[in-house]
Formats: sequence, structure tokens, C-alpha cells
Amino acid sequence: MSESTPRRVRVTSPRTSAARAQRVPAAREIDAQTRLGEVYMSSLIRSQLRLALLALAALTVFVGGIPLVFWLAPDLSDIEVLAVPLPWLLLAFAVYPFLLLVGWLYVRAAERNERAFSDVLDRT
Amino acid sequence: MTAAGYSVMGVTAVFVATLAVGAYGWRFSRTTSDFFVASRTVRPGLNASAIGGEYLSAASFLGVAGLVLAFGTEMLWYPVGWTAGYLVLLVLVAAPLRRSGAYTLPDFAESRLESRGVRRLSALLVVAIGWLYLMPQFQGAGLALASTTGTGSWLGGLLVATVVLVNVLFGGMRSITFVQAFQYWLKLTALLFPLLFMAAIWLGDGAVSPASVDVADVGGTGDSWVSPLAGVEHEVYTTYSIIIATFLGTMGLPHVVVRFYTNPDGAAARRTTLFVLALLGLFYLLPPVYGGLGRLYAPDLVASGRSESVVLELPSRMLAGTAGELLSALTTAGAFAAFLSTSSGLTVAVAGVISQDVMGRRFGGVRAFQAGAVVAVLVPLGLSLLTEGVGVAQAVGLAFAFAASTLCPLLVLGIWWRRLTDVGAIAGMLVGGGCAGGAVLATLLGVGPEGWGGALLAQPAAWTVPLAFLTMVGVSLVTPRRVPRHAARTMVRLHTPESVQLDRGNPPR
Repeated sequence: MSESTPRRVRVTSPRTSAARAQRVPAAREIDAQTRLGEVYMSSLIRSQLRLALLALAALTVFVGGIPLVFWLAPDLSDIEVLAVPLPWLLLAFAVYPFLLLVGWLYVRAAERNERAFSDVLDRT
Repeated sequence: MTAAGYSVMGVTAVFVATLAVGAYGWRFSRTTSDFFVASRTVRPGLNASAIGGEYLSAASFLGVAGLVLAFGTEMLWYPVGWTAGYLVLLVLVAAPLRRSGAYTLPDFAESRLESRGVRRLSALLVVAIGWLYLMPQFQGAGLALASTTGTGSWLGGLLVATVVLVNVLFGGMRSITFVQAFQYWLKLTALLFPLLFMAAIWLGDGAVSPASVDVADVGGTGDSWVSPLAGVEHEVYTTYSIIIATFLGTMGLPHVVVRFYTNPDGAAARRTTLFVLALLGLFYLLPPVYGGLGRLYAPDLVASGRSESVVLELPSRMLAGTAGELLSALTTAGAFAAFLSTSSGLTVAVAGVISQDVMGRRFGGVRAFQAGAVVAVLVPLGLSLLTEGVGVAQAVGLAFAFAASTLCPLLVLGIWWRRLTDVGAIAGMLVGGGCAGGAVLATLLGVGPEGWGGALLAQPAAWTVPLAFLTMVGVSLVTPRRVPRHAARTMVRLHTPESVQLDRGNPPR
């Protein structure tokens, strides 16, 4: 019976170097403009474009929407906050911190997208 | 000493300081790269101050307060649009434009679309927009000097042109960067310091709301002054057209675009732009307050049609005696800082394009740049002396609508859409530029129709910008064989972070 159970052997992979050589780095895929390289590039460009459009959408809705709101409801102009008319409060003061906030969030997210892209390229 | 004496001293001090700070930069300016792009080594903080200093022109320093005084809240859309334009620039253009590795906008166009034709057309547009924007700077300088010191209206423009030319000739972009960074802070101080005194007086007088007073019939009163919609007829269309022109036109201005090449890399270009957003937001809090206070303390300026000088005259009206005159001299000095910095930036941008695309073969390097600078200044100076009737705000508005209809689609589609072709780009720029240019020329010459037609021609951006985009996309789609051969490689260069080792093709030059 002892013949049928083979001795334990240590299993190692003798072909580690060969196995690694088969994987082409993503950077080379992009340089050679292969299908895979195209996928890497278009995912980067698409994620950055989506981010840019998101920021522009926020700008369009919250700043571009102001004339429309006041056109539909002209009485809003009569509201005063601390003796400052509401349109003044929005256009002369409140709009600038908002623009800065959108810009700050955009820069953070855009740099994160780029870090993710270079991480993927380094890992392969 | 008289009020005019203080103003002359203030303006002289600005001229001397500008030349001195510029001279500090001359010592560093040696190579062609120094002259064009300050060797691409300017840090975000300094660069953002320089961009802010260059961007805040006569229209921002004098025009906004005057427009708010005369027409009310709707005019706040101009400073809001000029700031939001930088946000649009940040998210769509900033980093890829820097990564393109081009010196000027025509360089970008040629390397992206691989076509000499697109290069020539965009060079022509850059020079046209630059001159259109320089002309009102020289005119504004003449008006400001004439209204504070009583000299001839030609002298201010001539002085500004001379100082700009000296700095650009000897120091190029390197020297101009220091000058403009200094001038942002000078302009901010020149508005903020008098305002502290005037706000104290306003609070002492019982803090009356500017909206509560009636001023002659030129501007609206009561409700209309507070409304954020422009004018009486077609108010929604006109307001949105101003919004589109300013939001999208900023990225097409030659002196704005050329600044991005001075950043060390794409990420720095983004951070610089974010800095600029903060600096512009800070500055634009101030001019509208001058307009509002002007309604209470200098309402006669509206009736006499001199509302643009409210920033210059308000301090001496609200504060009696020497203190008021000194503060008025300070705002006059700030106005000249505005003329000088914007003209310097435009001159560098236009000179760069003229020297590369017109003179490049006959002279080389720095010599060509200096010859280009002379042409870049003399032509608009001559035009400003000839055409004194055209208003400062009108010419600046034309420049924005024109830039939004031509160079904005070229940049946005060039960066984000791989299938753009050279034929498509040329067609789009011709259609957009032709319609926008024709519309505003018709309005300026007074041949525009009444009613809707007139509104469409007076503020054309709302229809010319979409038309330019559609033409570019449409013509590109029907000429798919002309998609540039290396478009994929160029997209790698525009969008990948510099830290990654990649084949980015050949950057221009």
C-alpha cells in the first residue's frame, strides 16, 4: 500500500522567467498601437472627458440656470438678504466660491484618474 | 499739489516700477525659449499671479464698475463669465494644451492636424483677435489719462505702447512674467485700499441700498437695475449669448493660451489655472461695489455718459481733500497697470505668432521675435488713433465672441475628438469667424435690422458658436480620409501624464 501513495514533493515553477516574458507591458501596447493599447488610451481619455463634462454640467445648471430662474420668477429680484438684493448676492459674491469649488474638485479627480492610469501601466 | 499732479505721479510711478521689475527679468533672458515661454520654468504661484495680472484688462478695472453703474446687475455677467471662462479652460484645455509641447496656438494646430493650411488660418485669427483686443487697451489709456490730467487723448496710448515695447524687446516672456505678477497685486491693492475708506463712509451714512435710488433715464431704475437679465427686449437670448461668448471665448484669447506653455508640465498647468480662478474671484468682488456706490455718490456720471471713469473719480468724491485725491491717484495708477499688463501679454503672444509665421525665414530666433513685437504694437496703436468712436467694451465683446466662434472649437475638438480633419477645422473656423465677424461689424456700422435680427447680430455667440462646432464636426465626418496619420500618437501626447514613459511622437519643433 505504501507504494501507491507517492512521496510528497515540493512543487516549484521552473519557468517563472518564461512566463513573465509572455506578458507585454501596457506601455509597449500603447506604443505599438495594438487593440489593447487603444483600450488603455480610450479608457483614460473617456474618464477625463466624463469628468470634464460633469464639471461643465454643474456650471451649466447652477450658474447658467440663474437667468432662467429669474426670468420665470421675476419677483425673486425683490428678495433682499442683509440689504443686498438676491441677484447681487448670487452674481457679485456667491458665484466665485462655487467656481473655485468645482475647479478644486475637478483637479483632484483628474489627478486621481492619471494616477490610476500610471498605476495600471506600472503594474503590468 | 493738484489732483492732476497726484495722478501724474501715480502713473509715472507705475511706468517706472514696470520698467524696473522688467529690467530685473532682462538679466535672465538669453535664449529664444526665454523670450517665447520663459523657458517653461515658471512655478504655479508666480505664474497664476502673472496670468491674473495679464488678464485683468481695462475692461475689468474700469469697464465693469462703469457698466454696473449705468445698466445694473445684468452687467455682472461679464466678470462672472470672464472667471467661469477659466473654469471651462481648466476642465477642457489646460493640461492637454501644455502637454502638446507647442509654443503658440498655430504650432498646436499644425502638430495636431498635420496641415500647413490650418496653421496659416489660425495664425491669422490669433493676430486678428490680438489686435482687436490691443486697440481698446490703447484707447482706454488715452481716455483715462485725458480725464484725470487733461492731456490729449492720444498721449496715454502712446506712453503705454512705448513702455510695453521696451520691456518686450529686451526681456520677452521671462521679463513680462515678473512684471505681470507684480501688476496683479498692484491692481488688487489699488481697488481694495480706497474701498475700505469708502465702505466706512457708506456705513456711516446709513448703508443705503444702491437699488433704492432713482438715477436719470439712461440706465434702468428700481426693478430693472436689480434684474440679472440684459436689456428689455429678447432679454433671455441676449443674456445667454453673453454667457456663451465669455465662457467659451476665454480659451481662444491669444494671451491666455500662450501662458500655458510656460508651465513645467500638465499637472502644474491645472494647478496654475485653479490658482487663477481664486485670484480672479478675489479681484472681481471689488469693481461691482464701485458701481453700486457710484449710484449713490456719483449718479451724474451716468447722465453725462462718463460712467467708465467712476473708478477714477469716486474716491475723490466720497473723501474730501488730499486723502480723496491721493486715493483717486491710486486707482488711476491701477488702471495704467491694467493697460500695461494686458498689452504686454497680448504683444508677446502676437509677436510670437508674427515672428514664426511671417518673418521666420528672413530673421532667426530672438531678432524675429523683436521685429514681430514692433509690428504687433504699431498696427493696433495706429488703428486706435484712427477709430476713436468704437467703445472699449464693444471691441472687447467682439474679441470674445470672435474667439469663441473660431479658436474655441479648434481647441476643444482637437483635444477631445480624434476624427477631426484639417478640412473640417478650416471650414469650421471660416464659418464661425465669418458669421461672428460679419454680425458685429454690421452692428458697429449701424446697418443691423431692428427687433430679433438686431439682437441676433448684436450678440452673435449663441448661434455662431454652435454653427462653428457643427460645421467642424460635419465636414470632418464627410472627409474621413483626411484624419491625420499620427492622430492616435498625438492623443497619447496630449492626454498621458508625463511620468509615464511612452512614445509621444514628435512634439512641434
